Amino acid sequence: MTAVAQLESWLENFTEAERSAPGRALPWLKKLREDAFARFCEAGFPTTKDEDWRFTNVSAIARTQFRSARPAKLAKSEAAARRVEGAAAQIVLVNGRHAPELSSLKNLPKGVTVASLAELIDRDPATLEKHLGRYASQERDAFVALNTAFLAEGAYIHVARGVVVDAPIVLLYLTTEEDAPTVTHPRNLIVAEDESQVAVIEDYVSIGGESVAFSNAVTELVAGENAHVQHYLIEREHLKAFNVSTLRIEQGRSANVASHSVLLGGGLVRNNVHPVLAGEGGECLINGLFLGTGRQHLDNYMHVEHAAPHCGSRQFYNGILDGQAHGVFHGRIVVHKAAQKTDAKQTNRNLLLSDDAQIDTKPQLEIYADDVKCTHGATIGQIEENALFYLQSRGISESEARKLLLMAFAEECVDRMHSTAAREHVVRLIRGHLLFMESVSAPAKGELEERVMEEVG
Amino acid sequence: MSLLEIKNLHVKVDGNEILKGIDLTVNAGEVHSIMGPNGSGKSTLAQVLARRDAYNVTEGSVTLDGKDLLAMKPEEAACEGVFLAFQYPVEIPGIGNTYFLRSALNAQRKHRGLDEMDAMDFLPMFREKLALLEMDDKLMNRSLNEGFSGGEKKRNEILQMAVLEPKLAILDETDSGLDIDALRIVANGVNSLRSPERAMVVVTHYQRLLDYIVPDFVHVLVDGRIVRSGGKELALELEEKGYGWTEKELAGARG
Repeated sequence: MTAVAQLESWLENFTEAERSAPGRALPWLKKLREDAFARFCEAGFPTTKDEDWRFTNVSAIARTQFRSARPAKLAKSEAAARRVEGAAAQIVLVNGRHAPELSSLKNLPKGVTVASLAELIDRDPATLEKHLGRYASQERDAFVALNTAFLAEGAYIHVARGVVVDAPIVLLYLTTEEDAPTVTHPRNLIVAEDESQVAVIEDYVSIGGESVAFSNAVTELVAGENAHVQHYLIEREHLKAFNVSTLRIEQGRSANVASHSVLLGGGLVRNNVHPVLAGEGGECLINGLFLGTGRQHLDNYMHVEHAAPHCGSRQFYNGILDGQAHGVFHGRIVVHKAAQKTDAKQTNRNLLLSDDAQIDTKPQLEIYADDVKCTHGATIGQIEENALFYLQSRGISESEARKLLLMAFAEECVDRMHSTAAREHVVRLIRGHLLFMESVSAPAKGELEERVMEEVG
Repeated sequence: MSLLEIKNLHVKVDGNEILKGIDLTVNAGEVHSIMGPNGSGKSTLAQVLARRDAYNVTEGSVTLDGKDLLAMKPEEAACEGVFLAFQYPVEIPGIGNTYFLRSALNAQRKHRGLDEMDAMDFLPMFREKLALLEMDDKLMNRSLNEGFSGGEKKRNEILQMAVLEPKLAILDETDSGLDIDALRIVANGVNSLRSPERAMVVVTHYQRLLDYIVPDFVHVLVDGRIVRSGGKELALELEEKGYGWTEKELAGARG
C-alpha cells in the first residue's frame, strides 16, 4: 500500500466511525476527533528515522489495511476463564465494545464509578470534558492521534475524594478471530480524586485462532493530591497481534502512582509510559517485565517528566528474550527547570537466552534543573552458569533449574506489585508463559539449524 | 564393589591438562582426604565428580556403585547420591533457601521412587538439621546464600548435605576462611553424618581440618597426580615438611 492509499483507507474508517460515534453532536468532542485525525494525516506513522522509534519498525502496521473490529458475542465462560481472582469489579470489552453481560460492576464501594466510556459520553459528557484528551499528546505521537480520532469506547473509572478501593478494578479487552485484519482503539480515563486509593488492571487477551488484530490503546490517568494509584498493563495477545499502548499519568501534589507493565504476548508491542510529576512531592514507580520469544518485538518507551520539585521516580524494567525476539528499553527522563531536588533512578536488566535474541537499551537524560539526582544503569547477561550448576548439583533438573532462575529474575518485578490479586494473577501468567517459551525454544532451534543447512546447501 | 572407582582419569580445562591420570578407590564408610598445593587439581577433581561440564575428560573412567558416573548429568549424579559442598557456594537472589532445599530433596526422592515430602513432614526434619549446624532459621527465609557470611555459606552447604543424605559427599575446601568456632560446628555436622553407608572425600589445603574430621586415608595431589597415599599420619608429615617436600619427591621420581 502506498502512503496515499494508507491514508485513504484510514479516512474511510474515520468517516464511517464518525457517523456512529457516541457524542458526535458534541462540538468539543467532534473537534477533538477531527483535530486528532488531521494531526495523524499530517504526521503519518513514525519510521525508524524518528529518534523515538529508532529500534522499532512499524511498517507492518502502516502497510496493513485494517477495518474496525466487528461486534462479537462471547460465552460467559470465555470471560470467566480469563478473570482476575479477587477483583472488585470487571468491565469486559469484546472487540472494543462494552459487553455488559460479561462485566460485573455491582459490588463497588460507594464513591466509585466504573462505566463504559461510550455510555458516559451519552449520559454525562460534561464530566469527561474536563479530562478527556487533555493529557495524552497527539502532537508527539501519531498513534495517540489515531486513537483520539477514533475515540469512542473504553472504560471510565472515577474514585471520589478519600475513597479507598481495596481490590483491583479490571479492564478486560478481548479480541476475537476475524477473517480480515482488524483494529480497535481502546480509550480509558481513570480519575482518582485527592486522597483516594485504587488499583486498575488493563488486561489484553486474544480469543480463538490467530488473525491480525491491532490494539491501539490510550489511557489517561489523573491522580489527585495524595492519591495512591496502581496501574497494571498485561499484554497477552497472540503472536499476530499488534499492540501499541500509551499510559499518560498526571500526578498531583504528593500523589503516589505505580505503573506495572507485563508484556508476554503480541507480535509487535510498543508500551509507552509517560508520567508527569506535576505537583510537589510526588512519587512514581515505573516497573515492568517483558518476556519475548520467536520473533516477538517488545518495545518499552518510558518518558518520565519531572515538572515540580521534590519528586521521586524509580524505573525498573527486566527483560527475558529467547529465540529471535527483540526487546527495547528506552528510558527518557526529563527534569524541568522548576523540578529541583528531583530524585530519578532507572535500571534495566536483561537476560538473553539465545544467540539471536536482541536488546536495545537506551537511557536519555534531559536535565534543566541544577539540584537533582539522576542515575541510570543497564545490564545484559545470560543465565548464570554457576547458579545453574549449583541447582543441578543438588538434583534439580536443568530445565527446572532454568525455570527457577528465570522466575526469580521475573519476581524482582513481581515483588514491587502491591496488589495481592494482581501479583497472583501475574505470577500465574508468567509461570505459564515460561513453560510456553521453553516449549517453543527447542523446536525453534531445530528449525534454525534446518534453515542454516538449507542456506548452506 | 567399591562405591567410587576412579581409574586413570585425565581431564583438560581450556586445553590444559589438569588431571594427569588419577586412580582412587573409595569404599562405603571411608573418609578420604585429598591434600595438595594450590593449582594441583583438587577442585577440578571435585567438580568433575559433581559432573560440571566445563571439564573435558580425555581418558579414564569413574564409576559410582558400578554405574558410569561420567555419563551422568549433574542432577543425575546428585540423584544417584553424589553431593559436592562447594568451595564458593553461589548466591542466588529470588530463590528461597527452604523452598530450594525441599525442591532438591523431592527431585531426588522422585528419582528414587519415593513420595514427595510435603511441608508438614519436611519442616520438623529440617529444624533438627538446622539445630545440628547451629543455624538461625531466619536465614532460611532469605534467598539462597544471599548476604550470608562466608561461614554461614559453608554451614549452609553442610546443612544441605545433612538434608539430602548423600552416599558420596565431596567437601571442597569447606574449611577455607572459617574461624575456629565455625570450623568446629562444620566438622561436628560432618562427623555426625559419618556412617557405614556413606563415604566422604575431603579436599583441603590445610591439615587443620583433619584434626576435626579424621580421615581413614590421605592422598597428596601434586600437578594432577596422586604422588603419595597413606593413613592420617601422612597429613601430619605434610604439615611439618610442607608441600615442597612432595614436589621434590615428584621431581626426583621424574628425574
